[in-house]
Amino acid sequence: MKTLVLVEHDNTKLNDATLPVVTAASKLGEVHLLVAGHNCGSVAEAAAKIAGVAKVHVADDPAYAHGLAENVAPLAAGLMADHDAFLAPATTSGKNIAPRVAAHLDVMQVSEILSVEGPKTFTRPIYAGNAIATVESTDAKLVITVRGTAFEKAASEGGSAAIEAVSGPGDAGISSFVGAEIAKSERPELTSAKVIVSGGRALKDAETFEAVITPLADKLGAAIGASRAAVDAGYVPNDYQVGQTGKIVAPEVYFAIGISGAIQHLAGMKDSKVIIAINKDEDAPIFQVADIGLVADLFTAVPELTAAL
Amino acid sequence: MKILVPVKRVIDYNVKPRVKADGTGVDLANVKMSMNPFDEIAVEEAIRLKEKGAATEIVAVSIGPAKAQETLRTALAMGADRAILVETDEEVEPLAVAKILKAIADEEQPGLVILGKQSISDDSNQTGQMLAALMGRPQGTFANTVEVDGDSVVVKREVDGGLQTVKLALPAIITTDLRLNEPRYASLPNIMKAKQKPLSVKTPGDYGVDIAPRLKTLKVAEPPVRQAGEKVADVAALVEKVKALGLA
Repeated sequence: MKTLVLVEHDNTKLNDATLPVVTAASKLGEVHLLVAGHNCGSVAEAAAKIAGVAKVHVADDPAYAHGLAENVAPLAAGLMADHDAFLAPATTSGKNIAPRVAAHLDVMQVSEILSVEGPKTFTRPIYAGNAIATVESTDAKLVITVRGTAFEKAASEGGSAAIEAVSGPGDAGISSFVGAEIAKSERPELTSAKVIVSGGRALKDAETFEAVITPLADKLGAAIGASRAAVDAGYVPNDYQVGQTGKIVAPEVYFAIGISGAIQHLAGMKDSKVIIAINKDEDAPIFQVADIGLVADLFTAVPELTAAL
Repeated sequence: MKILVPVKRVIDYNVKPRVKADGTGVDLANVKMSMNPFDEIAVEEAIRLKEKGAATEIVAVSIGPAKAQETLRTALAMGADRAILVETDEEVEPLAVAKILKAIADEEQPGLVILGKQSISDDSNQTGQMLAALMGRPQGTFANTVEVDGDSVVVKREVDGGLQTVKLALPAIITTDLRLNEPRYASLPNIMKAKQKPLSVKTPGDYGVDIAPRLKTLKVAEPPVRQAGEKVADVAALVEKVKALGLA
């Protein structure tokens, strides 16, 4: 089987979200990558170095600069004439593009796979991860998104794949990029961080969230996350949200601070290796999944913890 | 401009789903069902666009069992003008849903189709994107803000790094994210009025769409259960534990 993996990048750097997808693809067959972008040569070179990759297809065109699904999906669908499976990371970018590729190919996509059980059989979470479905595709080609936390990252060095230029239909002329507000942060990225400190609604407001959560995260070199309630209340921006409909994370250590543990939040973090919960409600559901729990007022406990580390 | 809003009847947001003992699926018997939360946001956005004068008519569509009429009545009570139920007792996958919606869009010619970004049952996050591809139209997925501007729509999208803004030529497809709006509750008079609003019932066959599933579900199982650990007595004990993890 020949697979085609959509590389996530910003035209300069390859995003690590690509690496677990390469691992998933390698369980199906030969791994080819697609770099669709503009002036993205450095990304193609990085992609060619990923261990286990046989070929890198590069489509360099202004139409692909911002990863617009209307332009990238027809390109990917065209390349699927020579491939059997299309895989993308289950990131906002992958989720935006992959179903569009699937529809072009008249294929039912398999979303957010957790494992490869056979050439056409996969497991995937449904109902916020409260159930795991094993599904078998009956389509001639496969279109898959991959949950990054469920697969090991492929080594980013060691490969020497051939790079081949390809072209597609270009600009579909129905959509354009206007702008982006991408937060620049010195912190590790949420989905790849080893330690995450997350705060919930109990943090009261944006200033308090910052005053309580940030010093602990700084001390631990951690990424900062939040529950949906904290995001909806405006304490932190949307890209901090961990949960069923936000980001799925699985760090070494996850601090849940003032987070009660709604099933939608647990869906996003319960695969963390160690969960530490601080909450003043001893019956909070978060304690049912926490490895280490402290029933305490977070406004005194967290600063004390920060000071002691 | 007409707006088409597909809505799905799903297990209520507050109910914890249970896997059936025979491993064939999730037990939905005698479970509270509601409109998919992201679809409520879609209905609300359509109503706000109509209130702002950017839209003239809102058509709600649901594909599902007869009971999905209740979900459509909710949409009508919120402010949709009429509804279409495409009735079937089969599970319909996103690809087939997108094909039925495409056929309805061909008839209705909406300027916008606004959908929830995913259903909280299947968690697929596919239908809007597939519909956009089938219609050959642009998509503004995971919308945070929607502004109709002449013959285009500007959509601010929630993406992994923050927000991205795109401009789409109408007709366009939008999928909603959580921060787009806060859906209203239907008032009692509007719930009563909704009973009189037109609701037509169709079948997938009326649209010539084959809804046979492409994915075979072999098994549905409980996820591995995580055991609760220990509670520590005070911050000092927590500090010891955190240090033992090699964090400080």
